[in-house]
Amino acid sequence: MSLTLENVSNTVDGVDYVRDANLTFEAGSFNVLLGRTLAGKTSMMRLMAGLDKPTKGRLLYKGEDVTGKNVQSRNISMIYQQFINYPTLTVYENIASPLRLAKMPASEIDRRVKETASMLQIEPLLKRYPLELSGGQQQRTAMARALVKDATLVLFDEPLVNLDYKLREELRAELRDLFQERQCIAVYATTEANEALALGGTTTLLHEGSVIQSGPVMDVYRAPVNTLAAQLFSEPPMNMIRGRVTDTEVTFDEYSHHALTQELAALSPGDYWFGIRPSHIALVPANDDDLEMSMEVALSEISGSETFMHVENSHFEMVTQLMGVHQYRTGAPVKVYLPINKLFVFDNDERLVHTPSRISGGAV
Amino acid sequence: MAEIQLKSLAHSYSDSPTGPDDYAIRQLDHVWHKGGAYALLGPSGCGKSTMLNIISGLIQPSEGEVLFDGKRVNELSPRDRNIAQVFQFPVIYDSMTVYENLAFPLKNNKVPADRIKTRVQEIAEVLEIEDKLHKKAKNLTADEKQKVSMGRGLVREDVSAILFDEPLTVIDPQLKWKLRRKLKQIHEQFDITMVYVTHDQLEASTFADKIAVMYGGQVVQFGTPTELFEAPNHTFVGYFIGSPGMNLVEVERCAGGVCFDSTVVPLEPWQADLLERMTSTNVKIGIRPEFIEVSAISSDDTYESEVLDVEDLGTYKIVTVRLANQEMKVRQNEEFEADLGSQIHLSFPKQWLMLYVDEFLIQEQQR
Repeated sequence: MSLTLENVSNTVDGVDYVRDANLTFEAGSFNVLLGRTLAGKTSMMRLMAGLDKPTKGRLLYKGEDVTGKNVQSRNISMIYQQFINYPTLTVYENIASPLRLAKMPASEIDRRVKETASMLQIEPLLKRYPLELSGGQQQRTAMARALVKDATLVLFDEPLVNLDYKLREELRAELRDLFQERQCIAVYATTEANEALALGGTTTLLHEGSVIQSGPVMDVYRAPVNTLAAQLFSEPPMNMIRGRVTDTEVTFDEYSHHALTQELAALSPGDYWFGIRPSHIALVPANDDDLEMSMEVALSEISGSETFMHVENSHFEMVTQLMGVHQYRTGAPVKVYLPINKLFVFDNDERLVHTPSRISGGAV
Repeated sequence: MAEIQLKSLAHSYSDSPTGPDDYAIRQLDHVWHKGGAYALLGPSGCGKSTMLNIISGLIQPSEGEVLFDGKRVNELSPRDRNIAQVFQFPVIYDSMTVYENLAFPLKNNKVPADRIKTRVQEIAEVLEIEDKLHKKAKNLTADEKQKVSMGRGLVREDVSAILFDEPLTVIDPQLKWKLRRKLKQIHEQFDITMVYVTHDQLEASTFADKIAVMYGGQVVQFGTPTELFEAPNHTFVGYFIGSPGMNLVEVERCAGGVCFDSTVVPLEPWQADLLERMTSTNVKIGIRPEFIEVSAISSDDTYESEVLDVEDLGTYKIVTVRLANQEMKVRQNEEFEADLGSQIHLSFPKQWLMLYVDEFLIQEQQR
């Protein structure tokens, strides 16, 4: 049982909302669509749900062509950012409504409604009406209604965006566990890299309607195919520095010179983009050949457990994510160290040409 | 710019409140100092929006006083209080240019034309939208619109304070960084009182010098991000700040400290001393996932625990373990590896082991 998008495009009034997408979603899988606003996440979900018909390509479900078939004839749940409830029904009846439509026995309805309500922490509210609830509680009610029936395809369109971050953290973990036991296809759209990492499963990076990369979440995270993928899947965004490799050294913006050691020695001469995640930059060197750079503190943001330090010089700017509290005055000089074995390297066409050895994974 | 004081303030949406549950804000005293960058943080329904609306004048409190620089303003409208507000969604005039949008609050206040011009230019430069000044607002991107919305708050030189109500909700994560950084720079440059309402701890702690954490209509802690992280003075703060939150374990008094199941956790002498003088049986220990240490070998002060789950979050890992009958979370770096079901040895460094009685932190100075 799988859902396949085959060369799917959707163009409306000359604007490409989805461009030539080829993707397969398996039953029992959790799939995250990660991209910025207007990347095509919602458009793609609407095509999967049959709410829109693609201008090109086909949708196959269990091998059967379902292009343009609507939601009602297929067992689909869709959960939106802005939730909708029936104002004249209690929370209990809101959640029960799809099961009543399916003419399920009352005892089974009761069991399922209570189970779903307890998972979403709204069990004490079952007798209330939607308008007597807070925004977050209303959203959870609508979410419960979508989850209570056993849909074969469940589409989440940024469902947690309007909720408390703490509740999001809990619901994310619940969703992950819940779908591990179900045999449906779950598709979840988000703009947040950290949410994709927390949800796990498969990650598909979307940008301006195109699929940039798709695969198991850690494969995509550890080997982004190009600079765009690296930026989309990193929060704060991966730092990118322009560099030139000669036979003997690497120069960053003709300013900072370093010997070609370790894995950098394999690079052929030319211009590259060097990428490093904010969490991999340190204030003290870990190895003799760490790249040392003299910077100035632009801003130090302390989150309590971590410090996000923005540093810059006349050539480039970077963000570092440091464990613990580091108080620095704006303008203070600081030396930062970039471990060579944590550098991603992209060629002039911004394609990944080198994956850092320390974080390429798999070596368990 | 003003100091904002809330004196014996309480608010109920009910006409005849009968008990504490009828109050959206329970009686509190609070001061927002002149020129501070503050955040008001809490889950939905905690009373933070009510508090913000009371400061701005959109709601009149049912009890107590709101003082600006010592003067009672309960009866004054938001306009008369000189409060600027930035909301979740940009509030701008789509048909006007960016320049006209920024100039509008000044024109309303009859500021001379040449002063308007220099001031609008100045604000546009700070927000890096000077090249957009003559664009129609409707042609801007979401983050540019929100910048203009902030600009409309900043442009008036006579404002008492700027209140932000979840201003970055509609902004993409990649741009949130930039706007937050911008806001912080603006605060440093203009030295203006800012109160920022959010349910996002990271947003609160990166923006604010001091955070008021609200829970059940009360401010349960008012402190720096570091204080909230290192010494949460209420279990709710421990749970709410941090991702995942603090490990909180119900314990009993026993020989040598406190116990859960058959595990004995020793206390500092001053902690044991204070606990002995209290009678409550609601006792918990708290330790953050970041502060639990993992070692490969066992020793006198380590606890054996079973690895239940290792969650890879890219830059770090969250390890779920079972220690006696308790599940706990431990944060480890991205290089951590352990087989599920294997044993690891944990230790709780003394300075990070918190003791809570009736949900409040037991502090050394209480002695």
